[in-house]
Amino acid sequence: MTDDKNGFRVKKTALYAIHSALGAKIVEFGGYAMPMQYTGILDEHMKVREAVGIFDVSHMGEVEIRGKDALAFVQKITVNDVSKLDAGRVQYSAMCYEDGGIVDDLLVYNMGGYFMLVINAANTEKDIAWMKEHLAGDAVLKDRSNDLSLLAIQGPRSLLTLMGLTKADLSSLQYYHWTRGVLAGVEMIISRTGYTGELGFELYFPSDVASGELVWNTIMEAGKKYGIAPVGLGARDTLRLEMGFCLYGNDIDAATNPIEAGLGWITKVDKGDFIGKGPIARAKQGGARRRLVGFTMDDKAFPRHGYPIAAAGTRVGSVTSGTFSPVLAKGIGMGYVPIAQAKAGTPVSILVRGREIPAMVASIPFIKK
Amino acid sequence: MQDKKEKGRRNVRWLRHANSLNSLKGISPMNFPADVKYTKDHEWIRISGDTGIVGITDYAQGELGDVVFLELPAVGKMVKQHESFGTIEAVKAVSDLYAPVSGSVVEVNADVAATPEVVNKDPYGKGWLVKVKLSNPAEAASLLDAAGYKALIGK
Repeated sequence: MTDDKNGFRVKKTALYAIHSALGAKIVEFGGYAMPMQYTGILDEHMKVREAVGIFDVSHMGEVEIRGKDALAFVQKITVNDVSKLDAGRVQYSAMCYEDGGIVDDLLVYNMGGYFMLVINAANTEKDIAWMKEHLAGDAVLKDRSNDLSLLAIQGPRSLLTLMGLTKADLSSLQYYHWTRGVLAGVEMIISRTGYTGELGFELYFPSDVASGELVWNTIMEAGKKYGIAPVGLGARDTLRLEMGFCLYGNDIDAATNPIEAGLGWITKVDKGDFIGKGPIARAKQGGARRRLVGFTMDDKAFPRHGYPIAAAGTRVGSVTSGTFSPVLAKGIGMGYVPIAQAKAGTPVSILVRGREIPAMVASIPFIKK
Repeated sequence: MQDKKEKGRRNVRWLRHANSLNSLKGISPMNFPADVKYTKDHEWIRISGDTGIVGITDYAQGELGDVVFLELPAVGKMVKQHESFGTIEAVKAVSDLYAPVSGSVVEVNADVAATPEVVNKDPYGKGWLVKVKLSNPAEAASLLDAAGYKALIGK
């Protein structure tokens, strides 16, 4: 913990000294001092698309749920069907409020006997309070956020980078599966997950500085011949946006439900009771009035969070996420529009600093993987 | 150069934090040439006779990150001191460009349109933006020198 000159209390991850030594631009995110970029967002972005990148995402929160009612509890607080989640597998899910609004999106790990939930850094406190409020029976919650470092190794050469460093059989580890392994002498959970759309792995291990630096340095050394580069939160955001992945606080929040956010595929209304089921089931049966869509802009103007979206001269929504796409070399964004404007190919316009710039609703992901 | 209101609080916030947290580290490899004058909005002007070449500062390009597009005025356009004459788009942020002096645009750097990254690589050289013919040279007296600008950004 440190106080900066503006009085912000910021936590540091185990890799903070490494980020500083690399000359990273450091920003506060989710209560942590995190690397925004090292060499530049464009360069880091393309490294992940074409080679391999390493990200420190230790700010993410991890919560363990144990006890004989752990399954029932996770079923109740998440929208996906945890009874279908075998040990060794990972599931993308969301926690919702009674009205269907989203508390957070998360990953659920079946750890074989207990569950690990991976939640957004900025939401950790809120999420844990929400979970505790609904804990019942023999289910025990443990916040592991400060105990774990999390590194993401992402890109077409991520497997090549990691496979020689551990005896764990990474080449047969399937998408959204995890395994235990030892890398650089550090015991860890290795998961074939990520937020980039590329082949990639995420490593969870103890948050002491020595382990963090050892794991980071070992991977950087092994990845040298594959063109590895450290990647900051800036490129993490442009990478996820090219894939159309939602970011909590931008594209989804308490005022959006999973159906309108395009997350119908993770909401299993037939699994039994869960928090938010009624409104979500109604939205799924055609009750959603708006939809989160992607759009592209061919003009040299880039959509930004909060810019108005208009169709036929009327404001219909606003941009929830927007950026310059390094791969497409044009503006891409997401935002909510009425169902009538949600079809790919629909012309809309984005109000960019007082000017209406043409845009077109596009299918996501923006880039084909 | 200033954060635009419409830009959304998010970008403004991370730009400010980028500054505040990095200054903790005491790293300032920044460049402050003495032959230019600076604005509080992070532009510079190199005046020679009755014309001046305008760009954005090294600090500004570092805070913005990778520049991907610039919207610059056409030759002949009149610009007014401290008023917007264009915009600069980086991957994660957009800012207005503010004129250090009043005058007419006599030349626009065509290279920055084709290769905007030169603004990041060489902000005081090849990354210049426009050349202005000063209509009121006395305005230049209100600009900052290198020491004044350094103090402004806390370096």
